[in-house]
Amino acid sequence: MVHYPAWDQDEARSIVSGLSHLEGATLPILHALQEEFGYIDPQVVPLIAEALNLSRADVHGTISFYHDFRTAPPPRKIVKLCRAEACQALGCDAVVDELAREHGIVVDEHGGPEKAVVETVYCLGNCALGPSALVEGELLGRVDADHIAALCGARQ
Amino acid sequence: MSEAIRIFVPIDAAALSVGAEAVAQAIAREAQARGLAVEIVRNGSRGMLWLEPMVEVETPEGRIAYGPVAGRDVAALFEAGFQSGGAHKLRLGPVDQLDWLKRQQRLTFERVGVTDPLSLADYRAHDGLKGLEKALSLTGAEIVEEVRESGLRGRGGAGFPTGIKWKTVHDAKADQKYIVCNADEGDSGTFADRMLMEGDPFLLIEGMTIAAIAVGATKGYIYLRSEYPHAHTALRRAILKARNAGLLGASVLGSGKAFELEVRLGAGAYICGEETSLLESLEGKRAIVRAKPPIPALQGLFGKPTIVNNVLSFAAVPWILTHGAKAYADYGMGRSRGTLPVQLGGNIKRGGLIELAFGISLREIIEDLGGGTLSGRPIRAVQVGGPLGAYLTAGQLDTPMDYEALAGIKAMLGHGGIVVFDDNVDMAKQARFAFEFCAKESCGKCTPCRIGATRGVELVDKIIAGTERPKNLAVLRDLNKLMTDASLCAMGGLTPMPVMSALNHFFEDFDRPPAERLPLAAE
Ligand SMILES: Cc1cc2nc3c(=O)[nH]c(=O)nc-3n(C[C@H](O)[C@H](O)[C@H](O)COP(=O)(O)O)c2cc1C
Ligand code: SF4
Ligand code: FES
Ligand code: FES
Repeated sequence: MVHYPAWDQDEARSIVSGLSHLEGATLPILHALQEEFGYIDPQVVPLIAEALNLSRADVHGTISFYHDFRTAPPPRKIVKLCRAEACQALGCDAVVDELAREHGIVVDEHGGPEKAVVETVYCLGNCALGPSALVEGELLGRVDADHIAALCGARQ
Repeated sequence: MSEAIRIFVPIDAAALSVGAEAVAQAIAREAQARGLAVEIVRNGSRGMLWLEPMVEVETPEGRIAYGPVAGRDVAALFEAGFQSGGAHKLRLGPVDQLDWLKRQQRLTFERVGVTDPLSLADYRAHDGLKGLEKALSLTGAEIVEEVRESGLRGRGGAGFPTGIKWKTVHDAKADQKYIVCNADEGDSGTFADRMLMEGDPFLLIEGMTIAAIAVGATKGYIYLRSEYPHAHTALRRAILKARNAGLLGASVLGSGKAFELEVRLGAGAYICGEETSLLESLEGKRAIVRAKPPIPALQGLFGKPTIVNNVLSFAAVPWILTHGAKAYADYGMGRSRGTLPVQLGGNIKRGGLIELAFGISLREIIEDLGGGTLSGRPIRAVQVGGPLGAYLTAGQLDTPMDYEALAGIKAMLGHGGIVVFDDNVDMAKQARFAFEFCAKESCGKCTPCRIGATRGVELVDKIIAGTERPKNLAVLRDLNKLMTDASLCAMGGLTPMPVMSALNHFFEDFDRPPAERLPLAAE
């Protein structure tokens, strides 16, 4: 499991200044911050805006556009479950139903930083071995509800 | 002492997803316990994904394959003498004689699964860098002409002639030009870009470098989706090695021409695969689609002339330069020249990557190579070309894989993904999903897409529920027409393709008595 340090504005500042020389530095900075702290605290917005000579609204707009970026501390664990067509053809929707019915896990429902969460994603590039999931950088093929529940540290 | 036995265990993410790492570790442990010297090479995948983890052992008779291997099989494999190609129930035989591989024409994927993806020496030993060396002996215009003559069309989906795009950038005058690789591979059912980047990353680097030399660009970006952490690692390592070897940097292979390359990660937005949205994202903005013109070839990244090509388009170029445009164009049919890496997935017995000349029928791919459904049930629908592609019936599978032939039946080839469904599929549900996906992933710039997709979900729900069916079916058809005609990009413009194909070919799923459907919906 990934443990993130608490948000540290000075550390954030040095991440921002370390990358601000890049062309189109916004996404690399946001990724670096999220990799370090697990999320992007809104207090970093003015720092990025100043370093890249953008308006705060621009920076905020970019953060909010992308599914990946979080502005609050992350859940304990994130299991990304593919729900696109090739995995549908192998019953990923049944996995979703079974997770709710048998394990009390509602996909895309966040229960705060102490809980694991199963999030919907669309295609993990493993379409011949679905249903697929991505957990902390590890790709899994032929998953079922029990497997996903075990990864979440099954509740109930 | 005898030389170490070379054993290949794929590092491809799909192979890892079914346990290749555990197999590699078990082999190392078991060999050590037996005092055997082995060298474990982590190769790409051969694309026979139902056989993963597929292990190969180098013997005097060639490489012998075993699969699918589980960690617990490893001790028995050693016991059976697999380290010298011994018999075992998982033994598949010499790799190059496997029917699935023999039937292919592997040009772009010729090295994938064969070499160590991160060994530049291996890359060179297998004809790597010959295309770039050739390019460095030509003028930019000559390189562009070679690509044009090959007939190569963009593999990202739109099928635009690559040589023409390159010529536009070549002829543009500017102080800075860019090469951008579209590695967003957002289409469900596709994974060829991923397999190529993980299995032969130097090929993409070589292809992009040739593009840079051709048009006079000095900076390149690979825009990679964040869902591909394994490809990210492979690319970063390969770029570092390429730079250290003087393949990238201030003087490409000592030519005096500079080219720098960087990987940039996307952030989970399907629309970033659309090229202008991708450029906005690279610039650090919200990825809102740009109106065209201006085309990216003239005003692309930071307003500069930019080549944007798919991974497979760039990766086809080194072969073309090495073997000549004509040799490439000799493969294929009609206006679809060369080969297409097809990705076969969904409910399929033998899924994976198949590189073939254009023109093979869907049926041959799905039935002969794929072996039909994994569930063993009849095929009911096949979606070709990603989430914006049409659903075809089992009766339409004799259509050849060719841009024009598929367009002729109101379908599209897209990035070459084929997703198979058995007779459990509910096509009204699939149509609903097409709208739902569009609603979630729309960039929001134009109304037909932003509002239309949400309306579409509501309409399909009403039709499923049996509410004023004839009226709502008519409204649904009108909405599809509006989205097709008035959307700014293909996200809104092509969402009607899966919807209309479902409606036209599988009308019975939209016409069931609602009661019959209720238990399904409540499931
Ligand atoms: C909604 C949408 C998504 C797209 N996604 C991708 C993608 O993931 N990868 C890709 O190469 N092209 C994608 N394209 C096509 C690109 O806009 C563009 O045509 C392509 O990158 C050009 O490269 P090519 O000529 O080598 O195909 C997408 C287009 C649209 C409209
Ligand atoms: S069709 Fe959709 S995705 Fe494309 S520009 Fe319009 S709103 Fe954006
Ligand atoms: S990350 Fe793309 S839908 Fe959530
Ligand atoms: S559709 Fe699920 S991994 Fe591609």
